[in-house]
Amino acid sequence: MDWMNQAAISAQKSDAVFFYVFGLSVAFLIFITVLMIYFVIRYSKKRHPKAEQIEGHVGLEIVWTSIPLVLFLSIFYYGWTNYEYMSQAPRDAMAVKVTARQWSWSFEYPNGKQSKVLFAPLGKPMKMEVRSVDVVHGFFIPSFRLKIDAMPARTNTTWFQATKPGSYDIECTVICGVDHSLMLSKVIVVPEEEFKAWYFGGEEAPEPGKSFRTAEAHPDLQGLAPGLAVLTAKGCLACHSVDGKPKVGPTLKALYGKEEQILIAGVAKTIRVDDAYLRRFITNPMDQQVRGYPPAMPQTALTEQELNDVVRYIKTLN
Amino acid sequence: MSTHAATAQPSYLVDTGSRKGLMAWLTTTDHKRIGLLYLYAMSIFFLIAMGIGFVMRLVQLTSYQKLITAQTYNALFTVHGVIMIFLFVIPGLSAVFGNFFLPILIGAKDVSFPRLNLASWYFFMAGAILAVLSLFTGGGAPDTGWSFYAPFSLKTGTNVSLAVFAAFVLGFSSMLTGINFITTIHRLRAPGMHWFRMPLFCWAVYSTAWIQILATPIVAITLVLVILERFFGIGVFDPAKGGDPLLYQHLFWIYSHPAVYIMILPAMGAITEIIPTFAKRTIFGYKAIAFSSMAIAGVGSLVWAHHMFTSGMSGMALMLFSLLTMIVAVPSAVKVFNWVGTLYKGSIDFQPPLLFALTFIFLFCIGGLTGVMQGALAVNVHVHDTYFIVGHFHYVMFGGTGMAFFAALLYWFPKMWGRMYSKAAIYASWFPIFIGFNLLYFGMLILGLMGMPRRYYVHLPQFHTMHVVATVGSWFLVLGLLLFFGTLLYAILWGEKAEDNPWGGVTLEWSLPSPPIQENFEEIPTITHGPYEFERLEGKS
Repeated sequence: MDWMNQAAISAQKSDAVFFYVFGLSVAFLIFITVLMIYFVIRYSKKRHPKAEQIEGHVGLEIVWTSIPLVLFLSIFYYGWTNYEYMSQAPRDAMAVKVTARQWSWSFEYPNGKQSKVLFAPLGKPMKMEVRSVDVVHGFFIPSFRLKIDAMPARTNTTWFQATKPGSYDIECTVICGVDHSLMLSKVIVVPEEEFKAWYFGGEEAPEPGKSFRTAEAHPDLQGLAPGLAVLTAKGCLACHSVDGKPKVGPTLKALYGKEEQILIAGVAKTIRVDDAYLRRFITNPMDQQVRGYPPAMPQTALTEQELNDVVRYIKTLN
Repeated sequence: MSTHAATAQPSYLVDTGSRKGLMAWLTTTDHKRIGLLYLYAMSIFFLIAMGIGFVMRLVQLTSYQKLITAQTYNALFTVHGVIMIFLFVIPGLSAVFGNFFLPILIGAKDVSFPRLNLASWYFFMAGAILAVLSLFTGGGAPDTGWSFYAPFSLKTGTNVSLAVFAAFVLGFSSMLTGINFITTIHRLRAPGMHWFRMPLFCWAVYSTAWIQILATPIVAITLVLVILERFFGIGVFDPAKGGDPLLYQHLFWIYSHPAVYIMILPAMGAITEIIPTFAKRTIFGYKAIAFSSMAIAGVGSLVWAHHMFTSGMSGMALMLFSLLTMIVAVPSAVKVFNWVGTLYKGSIDFQPPLLFALTFIFLFCIGGLTGVMQGALAVNVHVHDTYFIVGHFHYVMFGGTGMAFFAALLYWFPKMWGRMYSKAAIYASWFPIFIGFNLLYFGMLILGLMGMPRRYYVHLPQFHTMHVVATVGSWFLVLGLLLFFGTLLYAILWGEKAEDNPWGGVTLEWSLPSPPIQENFEEIPTITHGPYEFERLEGKS
């Protein structure tokens, strides 16, 4: 099964503890269940008409307090020492800045290269410096058994050393808004030479691991209208269509000049969408919500140029 | 009413005051009626939240996603969590059976503060109404999950403020009930009812009440801070204003982890009453069970940060909280051994309450053991915030508290309404409940290990098969629950008259008529022996 896929040393460390606890748990559960069923049958009213009034047994109480205590402590110790290994990055690890935002991931490598999926060389330690620019997110790679929360104004770290080439899911695990379940990415683990070719190659160096990547949503921004390119890159189109199709948020088609009801602190007001309103909607979406849509739009940092492009593009949709 | 027909005292279900019908119930100070008021209200909330859960499972059959948007889905799991936690499992067995049976079990005529008791119910209902209002006013139903993590809960435009205020009001209901129960146990025990002669359910309610009093104010303050932050931007939790989101998580879990023990301790107490009655023998290890309740309440207050193992806390904090989490598992294990020990050399009369009590032990063990798995740090970093957690806490909260609630309901039903249900129909409902439960929640455990994060509207294709299994399980479960509730509802209205002591129990409630009279006892009994002395009963008969 897929979840048995151990693709990093951390996965081996985590699974070793898991199977230790799992084995003990199954033994305990079977023991208790069989004993319960046996007693219910053996000491049924029919077979055992007169109950014996046994008030307790101090020796037994001590035994069944201390044995679980010792086992639980062994689980704690094993879990803790393996976690120490999983959380302490070796010094030679390559540090990658992981940035979470509603609702996407981005990765920045020591030499300044950036990517939307995480590229990692096989068998080399990679340190993740995870942070968020808005709300709390969770950075999770199931095949590596690794997770660390992405907090605003705080950098959390974890690390991994991949043991198998391939493409593995990255998922957000902390509820962060309407498109929480679409906040996905991939780790692409490739042989070191392939990684180096991309890492040290110039702007045009091809991204590694093409063979692992099926037709992913990785839109080619070349050749799009500048405004549309911004909308695509920032993930706006997840909620707003440009062709009139209803989605979570209002469609951008024929939006300019349209009359909308907006809510300012709960009070409805009818306005006509113009340049100024568009800008305010985009830069401060929670200030004035459009009636009939969930108040879910995250604030997105846009440069003045990007904002101009977007507004110009929306005007062309009329 | 058979043997007591001659007594002049009417049953508590008969209106004798100046008010009749609904008004008599809404102004009652009788602890038994207040227990039923809680039960009726909570049953409705449970059914609503169950329906929401059912819809959420349908959404995971991909084609149904067309019916519900992502925003609605986020609102649904938030509302499901808020209702189930704040309006069902937290008041739970304490509010219903604690109210109804605590005074009876210690030989009292009522709780110490009967009017405060009614006020607690009104706080509860006010909180519930505010929670419902929050769904339909302002920006709509909250979409943050029931844990309201900052800074998302500060930024979202949905109606978080009102929902949080509702939880604040509900906290008062919980605290006032706790104060009432502690005072009752300290002051109103019948003559001769020493601490160690109390039935163990009372010990469980007592431990719970202390947590309610000590932990609830913390969440109340936290929730007020969230509201202040949303309206005035005071900057306690928002990092953009110099606040700390981790502080929110600490404050939230300092209450919300002990709250888990508020939910489970009275459930354990009820199981401890049921097993001796059907095994016809005294409980094994009375003091071990009593002290383990107190130990759970104590150590359980020191483990909150195990909800935050991936938040980036210091290594020392992780180590200590993982260690304490392992230690709190010990008293629960001790209880399980003592329950099973109580079956040993008993004379077991197998009846529906016992079936549900044993089901509780089985499901609670799975819940507890999966909890220990997450307590181990190396495993936690994998399963944290996945369906594994969702499966785990449904095993504890539903398989544990829920099943114990059902067991207690079946056990005390003839006493509460003076009527008996169809045992065959209850057995028939057990099979779909048990099978559906395990398909649904064990399916979730597997999904979590596969790497399925919680609170996802859309899932990746590799998770689909198990999602289908879990959804089919939810259909069985709902079917069984509807049959279960239908059977009991039928019995309340048209069931056969029940005997005063249908199960042959020896605690004080079974010495009363079914249903009990107003003020419980015509004469306060004098207690000369422990709670589970079955030999005395045999000697008499």
